[in-house]
This record gives sequence, C-alpha cells and structure tokens, in this order.
Amino acid sequence: MEKEHKSQTAHRYGMVIDLDKCTGCASCMVACMTENNVPFKTDESNKQDSITWMRVYKLTNGKSFPNTDICFLPRPCMHCGGIGNHGHSPCVSVCPATATDYSRETGIVSQIYTRCFGCRYCLAACPYHARYFNWWDPVWPAGMEKYLSPNVSPRMRGVVEKCSFCFHRYQLAKDRAFMEKRREIREDEYQTACTQACPAGAITFGDLDDPKHAVYGLKKDKNAFRLLERLQTNPKVYYISSREWVRRSGDNYLSN
Amino acid sequence: MDSALIPKGLKRCPFGPFVMGIGAVSAVLLWGVFAMLLVWIKGLNQTNMNDYYGFALWIWADLTVIALGGGAFFTGFLRYIIGKDELKNIINYAVLIGFICYSSAQLILGIDVGQPLRGWFIFWHANVHSMLTEVAFCLTAYFGVLTIEYLPLILENRQIDKVPFFHHLSHNLHEIMAVFAATGAFLSFFHQGSLGGVSGVLFGRPFGFREGVFIWPWTFFLFTWSAAAAGPCFTILITKITEVVTQKKLVKDNVIDLLAKISGWMLATYIVVKIVDTWYWATVTAPSKGFNFMDFYSDNAFYGPWILMLEIILGGIIPAVILITERWRKNPGFFITAIVLAVIGVCVNRWVMVLQVLAVPVLPFDRWILYYPSWQEVATTILPVAYGIILIALSYRYLPIFPQEQELNPVK
Amino acid sequence: MFPFNFEWVWDMSHLVFMGGLGFALNAMGLGITYCIIKAVIDTFKEQGGHHD
Repeated sequence: MEKEHKSQTAHRYGMVIDLDKCTGCASCMVACMTENNVPFKTDESNKQDSITWMRVYKLTNGKSFPNTDICFLPRPCMHCGGIGNHGHSPCVSVCPATATDYSRETGIVSQIYTRCFGCRYCLAACPYHARYFNWWDPVWPAGMEKYLSPNVSPRMRGVVEKCSFCFHRYQLAKDRAFMEKRREIREDEYQTACTQACPAGAITFGDLDDPKHAVYGLKKDKNAFRLLERLQTNPKVYYISSREWVRRSGDNYLSN
Repeated sequence: MDSALIPKGLKRCPFGPFVMGIGAVSAVLLWGVFAMLLVWIKGLNQTNMNDYYGFALWIWADLTVIALGGGAFFTGFLRYIIGKDELKNIINYAVLIGFICYSSAQLILGIDVGQPLRGWFIFWHANVHSMLTEVAFCLTAYFGVLTIEYLPLILENRQIDKVPFFHHLSHNLHEIMAVFAATGAFLSFFHQGSLGGVSGVLFGRPFGFREGVFIWPWTFFLFTWSAAAAGPCFTILITKITEVVTQKKLVKDNVIDLLAKISGWMLATYIVVKIVDTWYWATVTAPSKGFNFMDFYSDNAFYGPWILMLEIILGGIIPAVILITERWRKNPGFFITAIVLAVIGVCVNRWVMVLQVLAVPVLPFDRWILYYPSWQEVATTILPVAYGIILIALSYRYLPIFPQEQELNPVK
Repeated sequence: MFPFNFEWVWDMSHLVFMGGLGFALNAMGLGITYCIIKAVIDTFKEQGGHHD
C-alpha cells in the first residue's frame, strides 16, 4: 500500500452507469457471475445470503398511481478511495489480516481469498453491502466445473468476496501490453464483464483520471452523482440520471 | 472421597451430589459442544447470520463477556496499583471470573470466524490500523496475564502446595503480582477500548460512527469506562449467586461495599459522559451524514427509543444513583437491583453497538433487517456459561478462593 | 519485522503498536521467568542444596 511504482502512471479505474438507460434486465449480474465463478445455492429465494457481486436494485419514488416511477440501479463494489482519497476505504482500514488492500496503481480494492479468515468485519464496515461471505462451500452442478473461468480462483466457504472490477482482465491486458513492449493499456483492452454484457450500454468503465477515457467526461455530467457521498467514502462508481428523485435517492438527507 | 483435595478448615458438600451437579451442567455443555462441532464441520450456514448481519449473537456475546470480565483488571488495578487492600478478599474470584470470561471469548471467536484454522493470520498478517488486530493481540496477551494470575490459586491447592517447587512458585508469583496487574490493566485499557473502536471507526455506518481524539473514537473510552464500571458489578453478582448456592457467606460486607461504591462512581461518571456523547452524536455527527436521530429508532419492528432508555436510564442512571448513595447501597433489595441493572445496561449497550449498527439501513433504498439467532448460535453461547459454572464449581471446591470464608464459616 | 510480510513497513504506527505489545509481553515473560528461577533456587535452598 505504501510503495508506489513511479515508472508507471497511477490509474483510478471506475464506472459511470447511466440509469436512464438501465432496463433492469440483470445481464450484468449474470455476466459477472459467469466471469468470476460466483457460487450459488440450490434455493436462491433468500437474497440476504446470496452472492451477487453486481446487484441490481429497484428504486421507487414512493408515490402512488399515476405518479409512480421506478428506476433500476446496478451496484458493483464501489472501490472506495476513502476520506480524502488516500486509500483508506471503509473495508480496507478494518481488515485485521490485511486480506483486502487498496491499490494506488489501479484504485482497485483487492481481496486476497487465501488470506481472509472470515471475520466479516469488512461486511459490517461496507455501507453499500458490496461484500459477500461464503456461508457455504460452492457446489457446482455436475459438469459445470468445465465452464468455470480459468482466470478467477473459486473461493471456499468461510471467506469474503466482492466485485474486483474484473481484475484478472487487467492482468491479462497488462500481460498482452508487455508482450507488445508497451506499459500502458488502452481503454478497450480492459473492460469489465458487466460493461460488455449490458445490452443498453448503460455501463461505461475506464480510468476516471484519463482524459482519453469516456468515464472521465461522463463523471462530470451535471446529472452525475455517487451513492452516499456525504459519508466521504469516495466511491468510484458514478450514476447519471435525468430524474431528480433518483439523484436524491443516492444519499440521506435530513427531513427539513 | 476427595477430602484430601479440599482446602483445610473448609467444609464442602459430599462428593456424590457434587458429581451429580457437574453432570447436569455437563449435559448442557455437551449440547453446546455438539452445536460447535456442527458449525465447524458444516460451516456458518448453521447460523442465522447473513450478509446484512455479519456480526450477530456471537460477537455480542464476545463483547459482553469481555466487558463483564473487566472486573478482573479493574479490581486488580484497585488492589495492586491504587492499594485498596481489602479487595484482596475478592480479587481471586474476580480473576477466576475474568479467566472464564476471556477463555469463553476466545472459544466463541474460534467458532465465529469462517476459517478458524487461519486464525493465526491475525497475528502473522496483522493490519495495525484495524481495531480487531489490536483486540486480538491484547486479548491473547491479557488471557496470558489472567492465566498467570490464576496459577497461584491452583498451586495453593492443598496437595499441589505440598510440592516445594510449586509452593515457592505461588509465593513468588504473589510477591510480584503488582507487575502482572499493571500489565493487565494496560492491556485491558486498550482491548476494552478497541472493542468500542470496532463500531466507532465505521464511517460508513452513521449509527455506530463517532468522532474522537487521534485514532480513537469516543466509543473507545466509553467501552473501557463501562467495563471498569460494570465488570466489578458482575463479579459481585456472581459472588452473591455463589453465596446463595453454597448457603455460605464468602466475602465480608465491607469488601463488597467498597467495590460496589467505586463501581457506582465509575458508572455515574460513565453515564454522564455517555449522555453527552449520545447527545453530540445525535445532534451533530449523525445529521452531518444525513440522518435524524429518529431515523435510527423508527420504521422497524424492534428498535425504538425504548432501547436507548433501557440502556441509559434503567441500565445506567438508576444503578449508578443507588450505588453511590450509601443508604440505598446498604439496602439489600436495592443493592441487588442495582448490580443486576448495571450488568443489563452493559449487555444492552454491547447489543446496540453491534446488532443495531447492522440493522440500520444506510443506503436510502435499503430497508431494516432484523435477526434472531439459530439454536446452534444459542447453544454455543450457553456453552461457555456451562463451562464457567463447572470451572467455578471445581475451583470453589478445591482451591482457597475466598480468604475470609473460614472466618465467616467456622467449622465446628 | 518478518521478511515474508511484503507489506510490512516500520512506520510510526507499527513502532507504537509493536512497541506497546513488546513492553507488555516482556513484562509478563520476565516476571514469570523470575518467579520460576527464584522458585527453583528457593526449592534447592530449602532442601539444603540436595537433589531429590
């Protein structure tokens, strides 16, 4: 966490999700689960212990017909920069075994499955419920082991997991760039599974600090907001909505 | 049958009934062990915890049992550092209760984590910025201190004491006990505090979050203070229960009265500071994050302002006032009420700082999630209580825990 | 402290934490060592220096 690679530019990978485009189809959820070998239960009716790195929430403006309005909001891990963007994400600060770390190189909050001993303090710390605990060992239906992604290690019970912004894809892109004798990777070379799966193109992923990336301009949109900004977690996922009630749903306000 | 092991000059019940009693409690213990094995073999899906309730009954039990075991460090501090000599007549029991509390806490932690075999990672891959790391180190070290403080008592068993080496060892340990008491007080200050820091640093959870001084949120100091206040009350409560069960007076009134009076003043000062902290959090901290005070106590089936009243008034102000007022403190009925309420107050405080923190929705489109424990969680929480009863029974029978027992119960 | 922990650095927070812990552990260790050694010495003194 302290060492910086001065020879490379630091990135801050993030997302901008256009809620005006999101249809709530949850292709992003499915793509994420397939890409990252996310386990599932036989009976998935209880969502409180399901693992969904990407989760689509259904928001409503709370009004009755004919003024009812709904909005779907996909929520990956926010990869919080913490107060002042110094890398003290709420979850990173509290992990007793340094099993989660904020990378200054990519801005991604990592999770070391082999180091996590499952104390679940990070679950308590995360206000976005982006972290999930393996209450069971993964059980893959017969033959499904052959479909697992070889780039992502499956997790056993007793450890915490969460969205990694498809970090394995970053590693593959870096490997490829290295083979081509360059250090920097292009915007199209590293994209998350959910971004690519979205049929409406609602999700845009890239380096928030790189003017050449789409997210750089999108994050400055006048209708852009982040969830729970007042907590100063500095999340890297921005949302855009032309509807004011949706923007207000992103944070808590006093009733006065 | 075991009279050779019983301390000289003291009377104990016959061996048969004693074994039957231990057997009955052991049955409860075995039920707890069964549940523990289920959890270890099948995993944490045996509980009612979920991704909204990562911390639940076990973590509450951990925090509570450590707070109540605070009688050991505080009584030791009062006796060896401050020099309140009369407390030597209750310090042994306080240490035993502390030993049981801390070993229970470690057992529960071993059951609660997802990968118990990796438990040592908290030492090997320590993140010094995390409150839980601090807790783990200090708790383990303090358990070592408690073991060292309990050891002389074991060595003073009639038969063990006959071995010259053990006799000298226990004597020497007593001589430098102040060193261990001071170390214990130092360690306890930090781990009791860090347990408060566990929820206090969560800046993503406005209900638990507190501002503070340097790296320590105010809950750090509040937890140490309340442990120092309620821990002795728990020691006194267990002493009173033991006196009822054994039908004997074990500690003189002036000793209990002194400890209760000090505990009362600790409780009184604590509750004043707690009220100030709660007021500041409700009017400044939480609103800065977009929450009104009542947001935390409405729109759900369980948590209401009643729980705050229970913690502060019933569990704080009332027992404090009783214990600092000599007339009421010396009234047996009021006294028992006060120490029970003080213990309840700290239990409620630990519940609120763990479970209510997790129940409160933070995302505006999220909702309140409530929780109740599974039988496996209940059984594994009762397991240390059963273990504690057995250890107390064995220690009371074979070790000279109460220096004043012989004087108060002369054997004819 | 241990070369295997690649992220370990001896900054102020690590110094304070390990320093405090070290102080406590040393107090306990030295104390118990002193007691054991003195108990051995006392035992031998009592027996008049004979091994049993």
